Amino acid sequence: MSAPKLELAAKDGARAPSPTEIANASLALSEITVSYGEKPAVFSVDAALPRESMVAIIGPNGAGKSTLLKAALGIVPRLSGSVRVFGQEIERARDRVAYVPQRASVDWDFPTRVIDVVLMGLYRELGLLRFVRKAHRERARACLERVGMADFAERQIGQLSGGQQQRVFLARALAQDADLYLLDEPFAGVDAATEKAIIDVLHTLKAARKTVVCVHHDLATVVDYFDHVLLINVRKIAEGPTATTFTSDNLQATYGGRLASTHIDQLKLSS
Amino acid sequence: MDAFLQLSLAPILIGVLSAIACALPGNFLILRRQALIGDAISHVVLPGIVVAFLATGVIAALPMLVGAAGAALVAVVLIETIKRVGRIEPGAAMGVVFTAMFAGGVLLLEQTDTSAVHLDVEHALMGNLESLIWFDAAGWGSLVDPAALAGLPPELPRIAVVAAVIALLTFVFWRPLKLSTFDEGFAATVGVPTRTIGLALVAASAVAAVAAFDAVGSIIVIAMFICPPAAARLMTNRLEAQVGWSIVFATVSAILGYVFAGYGPLWFGAQNAVSAAGMIAAVSGAILAVACLAAPHRRRIGAAQGQG
Repeated sequence: MSAPKLELAAKDGARAPSPTEIANASLALSEITVSYGEKPAVFSVDAALPRESMVAIIGPNGAGKSTLLKAALGIVPRLSGSVRVFGQEIERARDRVAYVPQRASVDWDFPTRVIDVVLMGLYRELGLLRFVRKAHRERARACLERVGMADFAERQIGQLSGGQQQRVFLARALAQDADLYLLDEPFAGVDAATEKAIIDVLHTLKAARKTVVCVHHDLATVVDYFDHVLLINVRKIAEGPTATTFTSDNLQATYGGRLASTHIDQLKLSS
Repeated sequence: MDAFLQLSLAPILIGVLSAIACALPGNFLILRRQALIGDAISHVVLPGIVVAFLATGVIAALPMLVGAAGAALVAVVLIETIKRVGRIEPGAAMGVVFTAMFAGGVLLLEQTDTSAVHLDVEHALMGNLESLIWFDAAGWGSLVDPAALAGLPPELPRIAVVAAVIALLTFVFWRPLKLSTFDEGFAATVGVPTRTIGLALVAASAVAAVAAFDAVGSIIVIAMFICPPAAARLMTNRLEAQVGWSIVFATVSAILGYVFAGYGPLWFGAQNAVSAAGMIAAVSGAILAVACLAAPHRRRIGAAQGQG
């Protein structure tokens, strides 16, 4: 760790989480930096997200929210930084993490059925050649039931609406039976009924003492849905309980004044 | 019947196995929007095969594969260089490199004396299926006669091994292959080595292309990668069934193509047979055309609703 970098980090008011914080966190990020080109997409982001909570990652378009999630999961390479899941290396904690990518990131014309997508969530159990047994199918079906999609099990995935696609992705994550759920924009472009169905499932996860982390874009629902927020715009702006962190000042800092003050006035804000 | 055994059995089998070896990875290349990688490979391997022949003096599987792999490596380096130095878009850089390397291979072939073996420009372009005959065949008994079997063209056991290995790999790695083709990000989070899977798919395609070189030449092989799986996609909405259909279509193309090439012109009163490889590609194209017009799942259902 070089001296100038420390200085830079200090200027942002950021501080890498301590060993105790890392051990206690569901997801702990230390100085994560990701770059696709010359400019960093994510710069030296630290966070220690509490266990058994509902966390929103918030920031403007291009702020690096999805990239941060992907870097934490090892989908995109990090330039620097380290990730711990429940105090462990992510590679050792794969069984405890479920990931729901952005719906638009896959080709829904792919020749497969809804139930097959959910069964993909059992990959770590099934491995290369283990047979899909009746018990596996029943579990997959139960996950579809939880998101209200049981009747669609045999459908080709291309026949689903956007909201239904999102529910199927959530069902696949449920099949993973993880402790930490990372969702990338789960409410983007879905109908109201789907949004309700998804948030209900996420709340049951929290009630079951799981941790849910969502990249989230709808500021109007943050206070209702989430109890912890991480505000980023390439760098971390703020992190903490929604009640004390989701403030007008922090939002202005995150959106760089691009958020009209009238918009902010309409939001349910803390303090 | 002896005439069939001697003249047609080996070419038909080689054609069928080549078509299957290419169609299997072709299914995944198409779904990954990488169909043209098959085309690229088929162009790039030609100079590699020629150089391997010049270096060793024989046409054998291993040197050909090594040569093809080396050529592929050279192609990758050239593409990167042209992209960076020339500031040209990747597609154009690839087009230039593939065509140039293929042309280099053709020139190299013309300049060297390869008359002793089945390696000349015409064969490189169109294969030499018709010449892969089985002299030792004398009646059906030859199929169980070790002495006669030893006289089979060596191309047959070679492509048989390649097709078997590709089929086995496809079966064993089915789940990670399907998962990383559908959703690469998710696949990575459940521990699928997505990068390795992607490279292995391209490598398997390259091996199939080199092995099919004997049968259909290095240009027409692209039809084997694309047409059967593309037609198969229109028959079903399940990947398992799609791969099954692609094997059926590959087999039908190879058999009908060979038969039409050998006997078709005679039916129309012409004197000479036409290129079997050309006819195989034409038949696989015709199957795709029919599938486009009449297959049950030709409407791309996903496209109708728009993706958010």
